[in-house]
Amino acid sequence: MMHSSTIELHDLAIGYRNRHSVKTVAEGISDTIRGGELTCLLGENGAGKSTLLRTLSGFLAPLGGEVSILGRPLPSYREKELATVIGVVLTEKTNLQNMTVAELVGMGRSPYTGFWGRLTDEDRQIVDEAMSLVGICPLAQRMVQTLSDGERQKVMIAKALAQKTQIIFLDEPTAFLDYPSKVEILHLLHRLAHEMGKTIFLSTHDLELALQIADRLWLMARGNGVVSGTPEDLALDGVLDGFFHRKGVAFERQTGLYRIEPEYHSSVRLVGDEIACQMVRKALRRCGIDASAENEAPISILAEPGRFVLRDEQGGEKVATSIAHLLEWL
Amino acid sequence: MKRTVTVGMILLGVSILVLFLLNLLLGSVSVPASQVFSILFGGESDAIGQNIVLKSRFPQALTALVAGAGLSVAGLQMQTVFRNPLAGPSVLGVSSGASLGVAFVVLLSGRLGGVALSRLGYMGEFAMTVAAIVGALAIMALIVYVARKVRGNVTLLIIGVMIGYVATAIIGVLKFFSAEEDVRAYVVWGLGSFARVSGGQVMTFVVIMAILLPLSFLLVKTLNLLLLGDGYARNLGLNVSRARLWVIICAGVLVAVVTAYCGPISFLGLAVPHLCRGIFRTSDHRVLMPASLLAGASLALLCNLIARLPGFEGALPVNSVTALIGAPVVAVVLFRRRKEDNAE
Repeated sequence: MMHSSTIELHDLAIGYRNRHSVKTVAEGISDTIRGGELTCLLGENGAGKSTLLRTLSGFLAPLGGEVSILGRPLPSYREKELATVIGVVLTEKTNLQNMTVAELVGMGRSPYTGFWGRLTDEDRQIVDEAMSLVGICPLAQRMVQTLSDGERQKVMIAKALAQKTQIIFLDEPTAFLDYPSKVEILHLLHRLAHEMGKTIFLSTHDLELALQIADRLWLMARGNGVVSGTPEDLALDGVLDGFFHRKGVAFERQTGLYRIEPEYHSSVRLVGDEIACQMVRKALRRCGIDASAENEAPISILAEPGRFVLRDEQGGEKVATSIAHLLEWL
Repeated sequence: MKRTVTVGMILLGVSILVLFLLNLLLGSVSVPASQVFSILFGGESDAIGQNIVLKSRFPQALTALVAGAGLSVAGLQMQTVFRNPLAGPSVLGVSSGASLGVAFVVLLSGRLGGVALSRLGYMGEFAMTVAAIVGALAIMALIVYVARKVRGNVTLLIIGVMIGYVATAIIGVLKFFSAEEDVRAYVVWGLGSFARVSGGQVMTFVVIMAILLPLSFLLVKTLNLLLLGDGYARNLGLNVSRARLWVIICAGVLVAVVTAYCGPISFLGLAVPHLCRGIFRTSDHRVLMPASLLAGASLALLCNLIARLPGFEGALPVNSVTALIGAPVVAVVLFRRRKEDNAE
């Protein structure tokens, strides 16, 4: 796949500057963000994800280096111009009352509307399109304060779409959402990137989802700058191994996903039906018991659908009807 | 949606007309309706009736109308810019500035010059107006200066409230050193009144407000964007700090002028925007601005009418009436909306 680069960073240093001091959050960032792709920015709290997003959105001046957007340096854009190039979805919770979803999405048209901000028929059509892309047309006349967090997030995405910008930045769009909504939002953004060729760059803490859905990952570690690549390349290079190097978390190369790594204190032999075995193994792992067919252990378990036979050292047998039951004996 | 807005605006407009007429017809002295109409339309009338209607009731009603409109628009602007439902036109200490100006003139001049300006009749009134405007604008200049230095809205709000307290404290000190009758004159000013503005000054007041109010409508799109919060507003192309400054200046000047002519009028500016949001169920300033203007004008007229009902003899301070009448009205509207929301 060929994708044009829409955002280029050259030796960018980000952070905060006031009269007395300069606080550098990250420096030496040189990379590109490309159109038609979903790029996820990962990093621990305090790594500088939000600072980077704020800098790229033009809210914060860089401490050094350069950002160029669609081939032009960021500072050369006037406010109004930038509003037609970059759309944002922020973490700040808006406390809006008495505003309908359609009105809020319509605010995305502000950079194009006239002095009074009145929407033309064309603007209204764009707003409708944005709402149908995100799938919130049934909510159009609902008041914003009555929406759930997931619905509200979609409304803000629709607002960014109505803004008709090439680039959309999202700061932790999946925070505060339940799991299905997280998946839904990320799928939606992936689709928008691929079908509409938008450049979508978002920060998130949902590692597993990002590994599965993102076209590219940016890994940001405190004081380490940024490493980027496709999730798969980063897995093969071993970058992901080292990235969240914490006790209790292991990166599984086979699946390309992170897994909670327990400390085993004992082991059992486990045989039987494949799916039943998997579930028993998973449950026992949580309890710190390593279960597998290869283990030479005095205790063994025969797992079959709906029936779990536990054989102890003395050869005594007990039959459990559920895994919960089985766990009680162990 | 569109229709309810139009109907609502028309109803508000009609209520202004009706209340304005009632303000001319009713008062502590009874003037027959037929005579009032003949005075208004240049017919035959006796001198006393003419005096009451043209020199007292008409300017008073006009003052109430314009002041109510100005305070409500300013209150709406402050609530939006600070994203705080408890903000009102006086929240940044602008009206305290006006009070401070007046306190200087009324209290200090009596102390220093031997003759209190407040006892100079028409000249004294003029001096008080000027002092109030100077005081209010001075405080506003200070606030604008601070606004350019601090980024956070809440910080600015707190500093504004602090400045208000300091002004009040200085007034307290001034009162302590002043002659009793001067203090009385100051306290009377502080009660607020639509009746103080006389003859020629009314026209000045109305003309100034007639220029300022349309100007404040120029900020409609800005206010709508500010509703979204600084980040989103900025992303949609708004220069947030400049916008904030303009809104504060606009609301500040409106409050300064109204306070200079009527004294500090509380409550209206805080309550009317809530009333309008409750009635029109929108936060779109293209609706809320004209709605606040009209509703503020009619509520002020209603309060003025009640303050002068036969029996009260004009003794009821307008500030008591605004709160007594306004608070239940706003509470009922918000309460009924809440019920409807729950029923949906």
